[in-house]
Amino acid sequence: MSEYGVVLFHTTSSAMRAEKTLLRQGLAIKMIPTPRQFSSDCGIALRFAWSRQDAVREFLAEASVEIAGLHPDG
Amino acid sequence: MIYLDHAATSWPKPPAVLRAMVDFCEHAGGNPGRSGHRLSLAAARIVYDARESLAELFGASDPLRIIFTANATHAINLVLQGLLHAGDGVVTTGMEHNAVMRPLRALEARGVRLTVIPCAADGSLDVAQAAAVITPATRLVVLNHASNVAGTILPAAQVARLAHQAGAWLLLDAAQTAGVLPIDVRAMGIDLLAFTGHKGLQGPPGTGGLVINDTVDTSQIEPLVRGGTGSRSEHETQPEACPDKFESGTPNGAGIAGLGAGVRWLLDRGVEAIRDHERELTRVLIEGLSAIPHVTVYGAADASHRTATVSFDVGQRTVSEIGLRLDDEFDVLCRVGLHCAPAAHRSLGTFPQGTVRFAAGASTTLNDIHAAIAAVRQLVGS
Repeated sequence: MSEYGVVLFHTTSSAMRAEKTLLRQGLAIKMIPTPRQFSSDCGIALRFAWSRQDAVREFLAEASVEIAGLHPDG
Repeated sequence: MIYLDHAATSWPKPPAVLRAMVDFCEHAGGNPGRSGHRLSLAAARIVYDARESLAELFGASDPLRIIFTANATHAINLVLQGLLHAGDGVVTTGMEHNAVMRPLRALEARGVRLTVIPCAADGSLDVAQAAAVITPATRLVVLNHASNVAGTILPAAQVARLAHQAGAWLLLDAAQTAGVLPIDVRAMGIDLLAFTGHKGLQGPPGTGGLVINDTVDTSQIEPLVRGGTGSRSEHETQPEACPDKFESGTPNGAGIAGLGAGVRWLLDRGVEAIRDHERELTRVLIEGLSAIPHVTVYGAADASHRTATVSFDVGQRTVSEIGLRLDDEFDVLCRVGLHCAPAAHRSLGTFPQGTVRFAAGASTTLNDIHAAIAAVRQLVGS
């Protein structure tokens, strides 16, 4: 099981929106340069604890934040 | 000094705007969205927060559909040049600024069918006349929310309904009204709203944007400029996602930081409160100027139907001379001439001689207005 997951985005603006949304929910996250193994639309990705995968999906969907993908990192 | 040129640019800016710009340069100087390090992220957060503040101000549902541009002119050109093709119908009014008329005349020369609805001598628009020319052949209706010459407010929501009945979109030029009149793009049915950052929104020059309502299918609008967006870097084609599709090149981060602070300053005060203040200034200004012999005030007489931008002339006296004397002898700063809007001056009957324009703003006081009226009275008497 991976320790971290990453959320990928189409635009930096979506990434910023996701960061704001999840921080507001009290999740421990970090914005990182998109890991090279992912072919991403956006150079910035959001890293989160993989154990919180369901919460991340749910909060982003609730706030209508469009994402390009959500994957285990590594 | 009495600054009555807020229709050109607001001055002075709220101190929070200046602080936000300095803070951006000192503490968030990275390139937003281009790199993943902390300074780039700090910049991206500030730019994103400004989108959210603007979406809140204009009642827009999606902050990602706030497109930053250099000014309102750029936003208007983005829509006109990106949407209209030969054969398309576009309808506008006889009170437009050259930011609208010049791109439309150029498009007309390329086969776009342009209809201009005449306006009355007070700058107002008869909705029945608009209804007569907005047809299923119309792709876009463009109008200013309020005149930059006479302050007259146009019935944007009514025209939006006419546009929608015909299957067209409405582009509203809010250069004179953003931050000055309450605007709700969803309630008013504004599909596309072009705004500038440096007037009523209290931000610095070099900022502005376009609000794309969720009624608009953005695949129908070609970007004006293509290039790097920090996204989809492996592709040599422009991304389709907003805002990146329309925002190529490094944005004016420091300017947007200032704009965001200006919008939050407005949200704290409330646009309604600023509108009430400016309406009272306008009422006093029109009353005072109209009482001076030989002075003719243009535009809607009722302050409720106009912004605090008031044009006047003094008999046959040259407006440039009046402007120079107001500045030199009375410390009153205003703008004289044609205000980049020959069409509007033709409608008002003040072409080609132009007018003297007093434009009050959020920071103007009643004392400023009384002093400006006294200056004109003295100047006219001399």
